[in-house]
Amino acid sequence: MSTLILLLVTGVGLGGLYFLVASGLSLIYGLMGILNFAHGSFLTLGAFAGLAAASAVGQDTWGGLALGLVVGAVTGAAAAAVTELGLIRPLYERHIEQVLVTVGLALASVALFEGIWGPNPRTVRRTEWLTRTTEFLGARIPNTAFLNILAAALVLGVIVAFLKYTRYGLIIRAGVENRAMVTALGIDVRTAFTLVFAVGGAAAGLGGVLATQSLNYVSPHMGASLLIFAFIVTVIGGMGSLPGAAVASVVVAVLQQLANYFLANTGDFIVVLLLALVLLVRPSGLMGRRAA
Amino acid sequence: MGGEPGTTLRRGRQDAAGLPGPAGEMSDDGAGGLGTPALEVRGLGLTIGGARILADVDLRVAPGELVGVIGPNGAGKTTLFNLISGIHRPTAGQVLLDGDDVTRTAVAARSRVGLGRTFQTSSLFPRLSVVENVRLATQRRRGGSLSVLSFPRRGDAASTEAVEHLVTVGLVHRSEVAAGDLSHGDKRKLEIAVLLAMGSSVVLLDEPMAGLGTADVPGLVRVIRDIKASGRTVMMVEHHMDVVLGLADRVAVMHHGELLICDTPDKVMADETVQTAYLGDLA
Repeated sequence: MSTLILLLVTGVGLGGLYFLVASGLSLIYGLMGILNFAHGSFLTLGAFAGLAAASAVGQDTWGGLALGLVVGAVTGAAAAAVTELGLIRPLYERHIEQVLVTVGLALASVALFEGIWGPNPRTVRRTEWLTRTTEFLGARIPNTAFLNILAAALVLGVIVAFLKYTRYGLIIRAGVENRAMVTALGIDVRTAFTLVFAVGGAAAGLGGVLATQSLNYVSPHMGASLLIFAFIVTVIGGMGSLPGAAVASVVVAVLQQLANYFLANTGDFIVVLLLALVLLVRPSGLMGRRAA
Repeated sequence: MGGEPGTTLRRGRQDAAGLPGPAGEMSDDGAGGLGTPALEVRGLGLTIGGARILADVDLRVAPGELVGVIGPNGAGKTTLFNLISGIHRPTAGQVLLDGDDVTRTAVAARSRVGLGRTFQTSSLFPRLSVVENVRLATQRRRGGSLSVLSFPRRGDAASTEAVEHLVTVGLVHRSEVAAGDLSHGDKRKLEIAVLLAMGSSVVLLDEPMAGLGTADVPGLVRVIRDIKASGRTVMMVEHHMDVVLGLADRVAVMHHGELLICDTPDKVMADETVQTAYLGDLA
């Protein structure tokens, strides 16, 4: 029983990381129709920048972690906003070119990160509490899982509140449903595009710093690794659906954990099978818009 | 070139030089040489891949006038609306709003200077509530949407105005319902409330009665009549002839991408060319 609890809670924690990446991907696709392959780069950059900031205070202190999370989020947001303004906006309404640019940026940025920080993973130092476990329903849960769950829940709450209660949130929700109609209302959606990129980049940057705490290392490739599962989560949840991304993050991560333990490390395979199943049975995803 | 509002506009079989309109009807409507038309198209045309979709359409609509646009399917009515609203760029001619050339102006910018339109298919945001659909337009017009972290309140000016527009179209009792859950007739009313909220002075209605049950038609006719009574200029594509004839000051007849005639409903209905077009002899 305790093993099952452990797998479930760590699965939800891993789902939190997936959600931090997938939330931005889903919003960007929903509003702009762009599959952003460079999203993992925002995560990696946020992780390196966050750790650099944390080092100034002490990587193994709470102050260092807090500073790292803030700097990671700000760096991710800034990188995403610059990407949207400099590379995506000039290709407005040219979706294929936009996607190709993000693919190119993803490849180039990993090479850049390797050039700056080297290709090998670097171990990070964590606060003592994050190196320990806490007993929960008889299982010893790594504290990083709780941190991930808390952060993902907070980000979900903040994004939902932003979308529901702010003027731009209303524009973004409307744009996800019908971008052309928002334009027809006389609203310049390009500002909303930049905003969505920045919000997604912030969540990814935050996820990058949190991933370093769970993985105990930082690497130029960590963004790409998480991005694959975030894409799967986004598709399963329904492109453009934030609640869908949240639900799918947990489903995918828990399934992955269970399959890895009970089915001889077949977690990744099972997740891809689930993706295929969803695409066959419900192509719009769990909570996405059905095709007309 | 085009005639004046109140004059008979015919392609290929009359001088179209701007004969004075019937006394007391439309000749002094502000577009007939005494003022600037609210909406004018000059020699408007669209050719795609050698295929002529719309050809040399001239039309002037006076402020406060309601012009019905009729014609068989494929006649170019919606294409005309798409060119006027900026969804498609014309390959020939001009579109002018209050005398300003907006032919190269983007859809959003045309909307900001007072041109609003509905579509044949629903153009709402189905997951947003009814009041949110309208509020989106009021907050745009009031400029508040530029404030990224501005939190709208239930009783702020944009929300209050949104509710007022819902009262106008008779939907205020459904404010919090998701737009997608409305009946077809109520969706049409909501689209019109959005147009009103945009502050559109020129309103293009593309088949507003399409798909409506018989019982819903009078209510929507009343809403459109109120729009006209408020001084807005209206162009309306519609297949319900009784609705068009009951509401329109003038009726424009499209056929094979051309404007056959634009005149008062009585004269249009008596016109042989129109009758022939509807019977198919011109096809």
